[in-house]
Amino acid sequence: MLGKIKWGIHPDTHKSPTEGKAIESNELPNRVILPVQQHIGAPSVPIVKKGDLVKKGQLLAEAKAPVSSNVHATISGKVVDVSDQPHPVLGKCQAIAIESDGADEWAEGVLIERDWQKLNPAEILEIIKEAGIVGLGGATFPTHIKLAPPSGSKVDTLIINAAECEPYLTADHRIMLEYTERVITGIQIIQKVLGVSNVIVGIEDNKMDAVKVMAHAAAGTGIKVAAVPTRYPQGAEKTLIKTLLKREVPSGKLPLSIGVVVQNVGTAVAICDAVRNGIPLIERVVTVSGGAIQEPKNLKLRIGTTFAEAIAQCGGLKSPAKKLIMGGPLMGAAQYTTDVPVIKGASGILAFAREEVNDGPESPCIRCGSCLDACPMGLNPSMLSILGERSFVEEAVNEYHLFDCMECGCCTYVCPAKRKIIHYIRYSKKMSAQKGGK
Amino acid sequence: MSAILTITVIMAGVGLFFGLVLAAANKKFAVEMNPLIHIVEDILPKGQCGACGFAGCAAYAEAVVLDPKVEPNLCIPGKKIIADEVARLTGKAAAEIEPRFAFVKCAEPITTAKKKYVYDGISDCAAAFILQNGPKVCEYGCIGLGNCVRACVFDAMVMNDQGLPVVNKDNCTGCGACATACPKGVIAMINPDAPVAIYCNSNEKGAQVRKNCKIACIGCGICAKQCPYDAIKMVNNLAVVDSSICLEKCTEIVCLAKCPTNAIKTYKVPPLEMTQAV
Repeated sequence: MLGKIKWGIHPDTHKSPTEGKAIESNELPNRVILPVQQHIGAPSVPIVKKGDLVKKGQLLAEAKAPVSSNVHATISGKVVDVSDQPHPVLGKCQAIAIESDGADEWAEGVLIERDWQKLNPAEILEIIKEAGIVGLGGATFPTHIKLAPPSGSKVDTLIINAAECEPYLTADHRIMLEYTERVITGIQIIQKVLGVSNVIVGIEDNKMDAVKVMAHAAAGTGIKVAAVPTRYPQGAEKTLIKTLLKREVPSGKLPLSIGVVVQNVGTAVAICDAVRNGIPLIERVVTVSGGAIQEPKNLKLRIGTTFAEAIAQCGGLKSPAKKLIMGGPLMGAAQYTTDVPVIKGASGILAFAREEVNDGPESPCIRCGSCLDACPMGLNPSMLSILGERSFVEEAVNEYHLFDCMECGCCTYVCPAKRKIIHYIRYSKKMSAQKGGK
Repeated sequence: MSAILTITVIMAGVGLFFGLVLAAANKKFAVEMNPLIHIVEDILPKGQCGACGFAGCAAYAEAVVLDPKVEPNLCIPGKKIIADEVARLTGKAAAEIEPRFAFVKCAEPITTAKKKYVYDGISDCAAAFILQNGPKVCEYGCIGLGNCVRACVFDAMVMNDQGLPVVNKDNCTGCGACATACPKGVIAMINPDAPVAIYCNSNEKGAQVRKNCKIACIGCGICAKQCPYDAIKMVNNLAVVDSSICLEKCTEIVCLAKCPTNAIKTYKVPPLEMTQAV
């Protein structure tokens, strides 16, 4: 289908420990921690206080700003704390802690059977907004905003991102195999909201079973299912669009500017649940894997379950973890404690044993150019790292297009000098933001 | 013979012509510049530290000569001598210049401090700060990767064997470049004659602070209650000393006595041997 791919990397996928395992429904957590910020945008505002009794699906924190998202109770029980708690991405964040009463009761009026085909797009959008749905691929951008393109922009194609290019992660893979019908319904709902007929589901060709199942289920609906080459970062919006449509997103623009909206498969399931059954986003599928985990699994976890509890459900650690990561090994966020909660964007919990971590002293750039070949955005990571090392931020932004970098980590992966290129890039971005803010 | 003569005449003519053109251009396009600016610039320390708020020593010299509103005492590295001299040259009144000295508000050694994680990234405080505010459990303490040392143009800072920066008494000019470079704001500029100082920067609540660090200010406020002159105030769980009140009134220094963690100490400028590079 394609010639030799010039960009990206092809690391060991490490998906075998979990790809054949069915999603396990979790034991009820005793306590959940629900940060008010689990999405891109402004934090939501808590509307409950310490001591309140809440039920599953009840609204806990309300989105007040235009770009924000609701947070719901994921178990029934008592609010025991509203305070700063550890957060896997932000470090610390205001959070609502609920202690379970064991009953796991639904709040009144949450579960509703609805015929989504009778709803109009505005009503569907309102339901998605109320349900607190955000992009579950990891970027956590509020879905109701992504599905409401500003007037004047035309959407001609909807891409469902099921590439799951990060090693170890198999959550989306299992979702397609087990929740096939909900995925298809979710896609049809999104189609109705956006009013597009051209839909492509992009799945990496290392998951041919999922391609077959999806293609079978999609027969007759007009939804196309495409197998795309297995190559990291195939699942990044911009690379997937390029592979499927041969269109390139211009620098500094969104896919919307070329008429494309991309949604993750997990998000489609959440949309289906919310619109058809009235269930807000209170749980997600998480892959718990890595060499230090006793028994890697795909778990369906309530949002707010701590990492410690999730790891315990997989038999705990078999050796001390050298590194603990939320998300995939290439783009995920390293954690220092297992007290952090699973948030809406947590696609995986990975604990790596000592021998799996490749660390070592970095040495100067030898100008071999490996990173230039690997960069999917066509940037020059070697120069970006050197400029970052010397704090030449302006040059990095203006001449080397720092902000086109999506921090996929290919450059750092291939670097023979073990340079921490992504760290230099993040540092430069931070410095640039600080200077701009002054 | 005539060839030599011809060449001499032509060259002299050419030289004379260009000489006259240059002389005319010099007259016509002359830039009026106050000679005082050069004189003032000459006496400034040339650290180009920017503590005055101008782009460099030349920019400050120009501003102080030409703008009557610019004070002559803005050059902090120059201290009183330069301030007086600039005032004399520009005919302005030299206001008092308060001596300033970089002070590191954290005494918890990096080598023994509790850590959240093992930091393996690039050796830069601002870069470590991106990762959950640095590896130390205390989110307010010194990270110890030496951005302040690299920022100092006067060679006045070194890292000691505990991984904390130490200020060299003889070289510190009080320009404040180190304080700007620190991502956590651990470095304050204080009066070197101040009798006491708080060796802590933590705004965390008492119970949490105690868990994080044994020598931190727990915000109990005993020192503030002890002080008869109200020189110590509690701001965000941290004692803050107004050293101008201490210098003016205090002789007995009673604030130290009851501090449970010894976070408030008599302030001593570190002796020179401590500031030798390790």
